[in-house]
Amino acid sequence: MTPHILTRSLDRAATAFVLLVAAVGVLIPLSNLLLPQGSMFQVPTYLVALWGKYVCYAILALSIDLIWGYCGILSLGHGAFFALGGYAMGMYLMRQIGSRGVYGNPILPDFMVFLNWDKLPWYWYGFDKFAFAALMVLVVPGLLAFCFGWLAFRSRVTGVYLSIITQAMTYALLLAFFRNDFGFGGNNGLTDFKDILGFNVQAEGTRAALFLLSCLALIIAFLICRAIVSSKLGKVLIAVRDAESRTRFLGYRVESYKLFVFTLSACMAGVAGALYVPQVGIINPSEFAPANSIEAVIWVAVGGRGTLIGAALGAVVVNYAKTFFTSGPLAPYWLFMLGALFILVTLLLPKGIVGTFNSWWEPRRSTGIAADEASAAREDGISAAKMAE
Amino acid sequence: MNVMDTRATSAMLYLDGVHVSFDGFHAINNLSLTLAPGEMRAIIGPNGAGKTTMMDIITGKTKPDEGTVLFDGTVDLTRLDETRIAELGIGRKFQKPTVFESQTVQDNLLLALNVDHSVRGTLFWRGSKAESERIDKVLETIRLTDARNRLAGSLSHGQKQWLEIGMLLAQDPKVLLVDEPVAGMTDVETHLTAELLKEINRNHTIMVVEHDMTFVRELGVKVTCLHEGSVLAEGSIDQVSSNERVVEVYLGR
Amino acid sequence: MVKARGDQEALALLTGLGDQPPLVTKAAASAVSSIQSNLAMWSMVQNAWYGLSLGSVLLLAAIGLAITFGVMGVINMAHGEMVMLGAYTTFVVQEVIRTRYPALFDYSLLIAVPLAFLVAGFIGVLIERTIIRFLYGRPLETLLATWGLSLVLQQAVRTAFGPTNREVGNPSWMSGAFELGQITITYNRLWILCFTLAVFAILLAMLRYTALGLEMRAVTQNRRMAASMGIATSRVDALTFGLGSGIAGIAGVALSQIDNVSPNLGQSYIIDSFMVVVFGGVGNLWGTLVGAFTLGIANKFLEPVAGAVLGKIAILVLIILFIQKRPRGLFALKGRAVEA
Repeated sequence: MTPHILTRSLDRAATAFVLLVAAVGVLIPLSNLLLPQGSMFQVPTYLVALWGKYVCYAILALSIDLIWGYCGILSLGHGAFFALGGYAMGMYLMRQIGSRGVYGNPILPDFMVFLNWDKLPWYWYGFDKFAFAALMVLVVPGLLAFCFGWLAFRSRVTGVYLSIITQAMTYALLLAFFRNDFGFGGNNGLTDFKDILGFNVQAEGTRAALFLLSCLALIIAFLICRAIVSSKLGKVLIAVRDAESRTRFLGYRVESYKLFVFTLSACMAGVAGALYVPQVGIINPSEFAPANSIEAVIWVAVGGRGTLIGAALGAVVVNYAKTFFTSGPLAPYWLFMLGALFILVTLLLPKGIVGTFNSWWEPRRSTGIAADEASAAREDGISAAKMAE
Repeated sequence: MNVMDTRATSAMLYLDGVHVSFDGFHAINNLSLTLAPGEMRAIIGPNGAGKTTMMDIITGKTKPDEGTVLFDGTVDLTRLDETRIAELGIGRKFQKPTVFESQTVQDNLLLALNVDHSVRGTLFWRGSKAESERIDKVLETIRLTDARNRLAGSLSHGQKQWLEIGMLLAQDPKVLLVDEPVAGMTDVETHLTAELLKEINRNHTIMVVEHDMTFVRELGVKVTCLHEGSVLAEGSIDQVSSNERVVEVYLGR
Repeated sequence: MVKARGDQEALALLTGLGDQPPLVTKAAASAVSSIQSNLAMWSMVQNAWYGLSLGSVLLLAAIGLAITFGVMGVINMAHGEMVMLGAYTTFVVQEVIRTRYPALFDYSLLIAVPLAFLVAGFIGVLIERTIIRFLYGRPLETLLATWGLSLVLQQAVRTAFGPTNREVGNPSWMSGAFELGQITITYNRLWILCFTLAVFAILLAMLRYTALGLEMRAVTQNRRMAASMGIATSRVDALTFGLGSGIAGIAGVALSQIDNVSPNLGQSYIIDSFMVVVFGGVGNLWGTLVGAFTLGIANKFLEPVAGAVLGKIAILVLIILFIQKRPRGLFALKGRAVEA
């Protein structure tokens, strides 16, 4: 990427965010590994894994915000891309188990032995190599999104129709992955992982490294999104979001733009899923559940759609709340709270936390109706001065 | 373009025998109309006469059931989509002003500029001096220089109309389709808009749809009156406005 | 003689004959093939019946959704929960009858239908007035808000009635089955089919002949114009939402007869209902009817070939592909009114 894109995308808030994530990414593992256990500042290993999970969710939220907040595409099936990336990583981890499985088959994962399969299905080939699996983490979700998007955007399936068919897509995948004969472990999914690149996935050092990597991935994903939304491409995306047909009449090929961000977004979701699986230790079909995808959308809404920092923040806040409430005596009320969150955010806080903060913090732009709708544009740093450079 | 005359017609826009119906309602009925290069044409007619639908057909939003629609004598517009038609050089201003409300006036114009519209081109775009000069010039023409950093959504109705005309200017198409440019404007603004369109007409072909007869008169161009999806009368404003049928269906006595 | 019986048993008998004189073998072979084609025919009929039955269930679940989506452009993710509330209303009615007036048990469904309509309809109006009306013009947000609502309603029912399945009984006239040729038709499925068609007909008549119906159709076709003609669109919206929810409640009564009554009842129908609406197109109830029965029958004919789950996946994929061809469904409104 050329430098001017980098300088343009890093405004003050963005730089602060990157530094914050970098600091968290380094400090949490360090405190976990170096400080003595029981020390006040020592972060226990289970918390490292938990926060690693949140960071992966933050990447997923970014990917949703890129298409929903900036281009108006509400995908209710992004969990599918996340899960596919996760399965690609899970397949690699399964192959790494080798003969240490319960049945001790050096090639076949346990569930295949259990189902009396005598050889590996062709689509499992290559997943013993990390590089191949890592490539598939990007390619499989990306390819699905590309084909799906190519069909949908070309025939101008928009709005709620698109949301519904993305939901149908993830539902169809849910049903498929539940099947034993589909070759991905059916109901139980993939689990009991041992090693990743030769390191024990349970080891503290590995967990710390995975956490650091997740933070790094979050930073990279954030920078890519920033680069996009602060470029002229970002202005076109917002134009598509606000007045799609007007954009067409200006001579923009709207479907290409949508396809580009949708595919990119799916790849990002795939990476998030791939980092999620070794930290959580399991991937199963429930990740495809439509409810999961919708929940991810609400993270973005809570944080502030059309504000990248908000999306990442929303994912962490909502999931922290979920962990906090579901593990306490308030557990039966969590669904009430989550449901109420959906309703209250859409009704009372349509701009989300960061969006609302922004419009309160910088009341410098013009007033009126437009100001309400403009929060998304604002965060992009579409500043006049930069244009003339 | 080929100078040798392989064209079906020398007209800039050529519509012949166009039909469109929606669920049995004939919105456009055997419509034939030609627009010569460099011409400005005013289109009048009662509501439902098919004015906007005609623009939809020319810009590729609606596909006609039958009939010929040619651009520049050679290009069959019925086979192209909106993007392609816009790229060819047909720009459109909508009846209801449609600007990108959450973006600044300046960004609206930037988006309209007829430069590289590919995904790659916009991702790696960096402004050039020529581009910002063009935008400055358009801003001056539409009198929005002071409002350049305001959000388009915060403009007044008349200003939005002008911004949309400005976007057409930035787009610099060969043909401008302008749908009701002075609706909701004050008399002064209306007058200025007429001046502006005449100015633009020096090097662009224009088709204007408008109800405001004072404005149409001020333009001083050939007028076509549509009714029930076809041409009712055509000629100078005086000829058309004295036409019996036009008076009956549209102007009123 | 054996041939005349023409069923599975006879087929097993004939194919299991083993060594016999040539004449008998030949006769048996011809009998076998004739029985086989006979059976194939009946299995087609059986599939068609299952398909119609599934279609009627889908129609019942989707029809309310189609109305709200058609008139208001609103996707109600909590629609399934309205169905669930209808089913729980039936449960409560039956509980009361069981403990107080056991003699009335056969009439429990007749009592439950209007009650379920009122309960779900009332909650529907409440939802419209307190949530949805603030979100008009923002269909995607509506989708999220109603999803949140569905979580709340599910959890509320789970808290009130417990997470497990509740027993809803079949009245005597809905129990049992009769034989028609080679296939068995259960009374509850048959009644549900009739009930669905009746609901559909009543709804159609209501849309055509009542003032509310006229107003609803006007708003569907052109909201702005309808508003400017003096139709109180907000009242129409509230009533439409109430009507759609009420019908979902009725659907719940019917579904309580063939499905488990649990807090998750609605969820299992919601995606299928969406598919019906998207496939059938918006703004036309006939589209919903055709959509529901097409999907029902297609599903049941694919099942024996591909298996239940794969069949379902195939249907989903087909609908996703179909949407590409007809982005607005089978029966779509055309013209300028479509894009507001």
